[in-house]
Amino acid sequence: MGNTKVIAAVYGPRKVQNWGQQINDQALVRCEYRMANFSTGDRVRRPKGDRRTTEISLVIRQTMEACIMTQQMPRTQIDIYVQVLQADGGTRSACINAATLALAAAGIPMRDLVTSCSAGYLNGTPLLDLNYVEDSAGGPDVTLGILPTLDRVTLLQADSKLTMDAFESVMHLATEGCMAVADYIRRLLREHTKQLELRRGV
Amino acid sequence: MKELQVSLNQTQKIRLQTALQKLQDLSSKVDHSIVAVADTISVNHEDGFLKGHGTFELGGEVVATVCGVVERVNKLVYIRALRPRYQAERGDIIVGRVVEIVPERWKVEINFSQDAVLMLSSMNMPDGIQAEVRDTFQQDGTLHLQARSRKYGKLEKGQLLTVSPYLVKRSKQHFHHLEELGIDLILGSNGYIWIGEHVEARDNQENPSNQQNDTSNGSYVNLAVPEKTYTALEKRQQICRIANAIRVLSSLGFNMTKEIIMEIVNLSITLNVEIHEMLGAEFYVRVAEKEVERRSSLKMGRG
Repeated sequence: MGNTKVIAAVYGPRKVQNWGQQINDQALVRCEYRMANFSTGDRVRRPKGDRRTTEISLVIRQTMEACIMTQQMPRTQIDIYVQVLQADGGTRSACINAATLALAAAGIPMRDLVTSCSAGYLNGTPLLDLNYVEDSAGGPDVTLGILPTLDRVTLLQADSKLTMDAFESVMHLATEGCMAVADYIRRLLREHTKQLELRRGV
Repeated sequence: MKELQVSLNQTQKIRLQTALQKLQDLSSKVDHSIVAVADTISVNHEDGFLKGHGTFELGGEVVATVCGVVERVNKLVYIRALRPRYQAERGDIIVGRVVEIVPERWKVEINFSQDAVLMLSSMNMPDGIQAEVRDTFQQDGTLHLQARSRKYGKLEKGQLLTVSPYLVKRSKQHFHHLEELGIDLILGSNGYIWIGEHVEARDNQENPSNQQNDTSNGSYVNLAVPEKTYTALEKRQQICRIANAIRVLSSLGFNMTKEIIMEIVNLSITLNVEIHEMLGAEFYVRVAEKEVERRSSLKMGRG
């Protein structure tokens, strides 16, 4: 999305590595978010378990868990790894979109695609998909994740205060953004599946 | 989305694209049978229908949960997913690797979401890593294998390759003996392919040693061959040639049968391509063009 670049990898459903974590009636979803050292303008070395990383891992895990049909794959685990290669604002939403795409391409059954988009409010105008400069201006930053077909919200995060009216317009804009992303992802997936089927032949 | 891992030059790119375009023209598949996650599938509500794999109901409509191709068999509507995990079915011939030995059973890794169980009581041979799916217990997803017949057993002197399981079609024959080369080819339904020196189905009283081969990177050559049973150099080269043919096919995403694999092998021989050059860009394009040729001739034959 814009200058933000993310790669996602999905492993599984596979055998649960840690026996104690096995859930007998559903799949275990794990997620690891990493930000590459070279992803931001100035090179920063981040320790593995810092707060921001763990928080985003948790957020992605929870949003993904909401859409994966975990009951269909008991006693298995699904690992999602997302790595930010280039950060320019909205890494959270980019990661979620990448993870959805990876899950769908891996053939993991899902209720719906989760799509995500961030939006902000600056100088009295709502802005969609803030980049780093816009984000660091200090305005509110709202990350929204929705299930487009089911029309449900699975993720809503905001930092700093936002008036009710402004929130309405920001939310509306973000929803539209999510829908646009969903359309794009769906088209891509369909094209991808078509290619695979075609090459396979009969 | 997943591009080839080889660098093509401009003309090769164009040739590959035209080849793929031709494939597209040849296939009679209609676009609308392809769905992505959360697309609705149109069904005839009056007749009644059965929901199969990869579907669920939402507000009276059938919705896809995976990306794939919609298939209809009588009333059953299901989605055949592409590139999923291996979905076990009873009677499948598979190739696997023993990863754990526990009392009375072996755990076999078969590219499934769970390790399969091979009870020692359901084996004739003391060591086997190639077996047939006996039963799937749906309630807990455990898979039981059996290797009762002579033709199953430990595989030696060869290479194991891993491809996407959707590329291997279920058929009557999974064991192939390539007579002209003296090589065994086993296409496991789980996407594991074994290429090895031909062995006759033999009596098995010799050595009940449990040999565990550690996993290196998916494909490996078994070097722990006793000295007296030495594999000839030509045979090893043949094995590598077939292995590379399979690798090319798998990265192009073409279906795999014995005939297609042999065609690619023969192509490489007639073109005088060295084994290591088979993974180069030029050969990829050649294979794609060959596949177009083959499919179009098939179509001609039919119509």
